[in-house]
Amino acid sequence: MSDLVSQDLNMIFKTPKGETVHALKDLNFTLKKGELLTVLGPSGCGKTTLLNITAGFIRPTSGIIKLNNKEIDGPGVERGMVFQQGALFEWLTVAENVDFGLRMKNEDSIKTSQKVNEWLEIVGLKGFGNTPTYQLSGGMQQRVALARCLINDPDLILMDEPLGALDALTREKMQSLVLKIWKETGKTIILITHSVEEALLLGERLYVMAPRPGRIHKEYNLPFASMGLKEDLREIKKNKDFGEKREEILEMIWNMEEEIMGKEI
Amino acid sequence: MLTQAVTFLIFFAVIGCILYGRKLIKTEKVDAVFGNPERALGGTHWVIVGSSFLLLIWLYYSWDIAKGFYPKSANELCQVAKVNDSLLGLKYQFPIEERELKSTSQIKKENKNLKNINIEIQSSENLNNEQKIILVSFINKTNQLIPLLTNEDLLENETKQKIYDITGKINLLTEKFQKPDYPFETEQELNDRLKAVSEEGGWGITKIDAGSGTIENTIEVPLIPATNKGLKFHAAAQELNLISDEFFKLRNHNPRFKNKIKEIKDQIKTYRKSLDESEEVASNYAKNIMKIARRIEFASIYPPNALDMMQNAIIKFENVQIKAQGGLRFIDILLFPAGTIVASGPSCSEQGSGRWLPKPSDTLNKFILMSKPSVGYKDIPLLWIDMVDVSRMIGFILPDWIADILPGDYPIHTNDGIVKQNFKGNVLNIVTGNFKLFKVPVPYGHIWDSFMRVFLGLVFGILIGVPLGLFMGLNRFAKGFFDPLIELYRPVPPLAWAPLIISVLGIDNTGKVFLLFMVSLSIMIISARAGASGTQLSKIHAAHSLGASKRQILRYVIFPNSLPEILTGIRVAVGMCWGTLVAAEFLAGTTGIGFVENVAKKYFQYEVIWITIFIMGMLGLLFDITLRKIIDKTIPWRGKG
Ligand SMILES: Nc1ncnc2c1ncn2[C@@H]1O[C@H](COP(=O)(O)OP(=O)(O)OP(=O)(O)O)[C@@H](O)[C@H]1O
Ligand SMILES: [Mg+2]
Repeated sequence: MSDLVSQDLNMIFKTPKGETVHALKDLNFTLKKGELLTVLGPSGCGKTTLLNITAGFIRPTSGIIKLNNKEIDGPGVERGMVFQQGALFEWLTVAENVDFGLRMKNEDSIKTSQKVNEWLEIVGLKGFGNTPTYQLSGGMQQRVALARCLINDPDLILMDEPLGALDALTREKMQSLVLKIWKETGKTIILITHSVEEALLLGERLYVMAPRPGRIHKEYNLPFASMGLKEDLREIKKNKDFGEKREEILEMIWNMEEEIMGKEI
Repeated sequence: MLTQAVTFLIFFAVIGCILYGRKLIKTEKVDAVFGNPERALGGTHWVIVGSSFLLLIWLYYSWDIAKGFYPKSANELCQVAKVNDSLLGLKYQFPIEERELKSTSQIKKENKNLKNINIEIQSSENLNNEQKIILVSFINKTNQLIPLLTNEDLLENETKQKIYDITGKINLLTEKFQKPDYPFETEQELNDRLKAVSEEGGWGITKIDAGSGTIENTIEVPLIPATNKGLKFHAAAQELNLISDEFFKLRNHNPRFKNKIKEIKDQIKTYRKSLDESEEVASNYAKNIMKIARRIEFASIYPPNALDMMQNAIIKFENVQIKAQGGLRFIDILLFPAGTIVASGPSCSEQGSGRWLPKPSDTLNKFILMSKPSVGYKDIPLLWIDMVDVSRMIGFILPDWIADILPGDYPIHTNDGIVKQNFKGNVLNIVTGNFKLFKVPVPYGHIWDSFMRVFLGLVFGILIGVPLGLFMGLNRFAKGFFDPLIELYRPVPPLAWAPLIISVLGIDNTGKVFLLFMVSLSIMIISARAGASGTQLSKIHAAHSLGASKRQILRYVIFPNSLPEILTGIRVAVGMCWGTLVAAEFLAGTTGIGFVENVAKKYFQYEVIWITIFIMGMLGLLFDITLRKIIDKTIPWRGKG
């Protein structure tokens, strides 16, 4: 049993002004090993909060979240994280960034450098080991972040809008890369995105979240990720089913946004 | 010689660079719009123009150009100054440079004084009528003195003859002065003079005081005439002095005047004696009238045209001597800006910018001299190397109590008066440095002392400030606990602490290093704290998920992330420490660059002051460039994260 299980998860923030924000309300879900979950929702619906709780950076107000039957009570190597802006260590080279986790564990340096080379090849950065990270493009930086996370062999990979800052073309390539890695490693992945297309393409499962209080609004099981492993992503987008789903979700999110705006005006 | 070469060099450099710059502007496509920073890039030739101008201004206003091209001019101008000074005594009697004849202005002045005193007496309430009448009669009598002096007919023959003689002497001098062989000098005199000249040395020469080994200020401009031209003026000045002495002794006192003034004096004396104490006011007025009478007596007032011939003679000599100056006049006007030597009179010193602005050539000479370890400043070289035995350093580092805590006793001498060494004694020798090893070179001197103080203050500041600052950036307790302490002493200007710290910790290194430590500590704490608290949360999160421990995060994430801030802090701290140190050395101490400047200030050694300013500027620049290089090398990612 290596599932991610969330039971009645609640997160209530207190702002310094004394207001309370109910960021997550009664979240219940189970994610099986090897599943790829994408999370979609309007801004401020608690996606990052959910991920932060899963990563162990913050503790929920109430409720329990478990991975492999063990309650999550802090950051850990078994849960890797990829951030929107890479969050690379710019004082280190690409290779040093990638092997950061192994070095912290004082692993054998020869084995480490072998692993680093393997992973750099997988993410398509062969030969960039000695490049300083600040000399890389945005897409390359995200690849480094991916490799840095994966080299630690985590059970669960958490990605918070990892492709949000990339241009359309790079983004497409990276989407294929994520799928490829998912297939080859069989990792459990939670990926947060703002793009409906991306959520549909990558998500084996898809949660659409709603704000105030943050909750899971609708859940989908999708075939496109498995298709994407064989087919070209652009072909899938032309799929009729895909188009319908996209319109449906878009409308759902539009309505939510309208509701928020209406409330605020 | 060097000055000439440098002057020509920079002159042509300026012209060359300006022409090159113009050509560049013409040929360059001007595609950059105004405001584009690209337009300010490059342009080394303008750097040359700028620095050359600076040097040129320095050379010019310090009168180094005058010294380089006309080394004898100062000495010659000094002789001219002597003539001017001697002439002044004669000239001021006449409307040559003044508006009116001295006699006229004195008569005017005394008439006015008499009139004023008359009005005062008339309107005074403290005088009775009888007193007033007597005092006014004194005034009228005094007034009658003046015509006795100004009447041509009363001028005595003897006085006329004297005036004639003096006029003749001036004319004779004028004639002699124009002859090329004036003044006549015997072989012996010539040799003596030349010997004295060479002993006195040239313009602005610097000598080392043989006794103390330090550089002493010598006379700026040599007094003894070194050239034939100078000698001519020197001799004329001496003759003029004699003439004007003679003229000053002359008084235009004819018998009638003498009688009259004696009469006035006697009358006033008698009158004052007759007054009792209650009539002090009247007595005082009488005294004042007598004073005026005496001034008229000594004023050398002459009839209006009595001195005409003499005036003409003086004007003639004046014209001749000005003509004889020739090119020297133009050198004085053109190459001695913002002041002159002539104004100093016979004292022959530089008056004006040449006085406080040292000449580049002198400064360089003195700097080369001071750089010699045997000269230095106040018996200490600027920067030199001393051979020190390593044993002394070991003895300095090891504490003496190591020997004390060993078991046993120190050796005691025997009955034979022999001391047998034992183990404990040997250890004592080692910890006190009382043994011989090999020698290593150790730098010392003023520059080294200043440098070490900054260096040590900085190192201590970094060693304590950086960890504390990082800690304060991450820990609420540390921030809250240490913040008041730091915020209390930091806003106080460092120099305000100096007197306190120096009096507690002593004027030597300890006090100054501690002061600099205080300066660097607050800067390092603040920058390290800013660096630590500026670490992006996502980086720390990432490190956490990668399995780093708290200590590892501190070491591998927070510290390198704060490095740019820390290094910038060091750069700021170096500047602050350097500034504070020099001022602290001003306050107290016996070594260091600031000390040198302070002493130089006391003795008006302008060159030394400028040398220290240069040394400090250069060292400060060196520090900054080194640090900038280090920063560029160690944190190439700065501003790119
Ligand atoms: N530390 C905090 N203190 C107070 N309120 C918070 C805090 N963190 C998040 N919130 C609030 O919780 C809600 C959810 O925030 P969260 O960052 O999870 O949204 P999100 O879905 O990730 O939005 P986005 O798509 O814009 O990234 C927001 O209303 C936010 O204002
Ligand atoms: Mg978010």
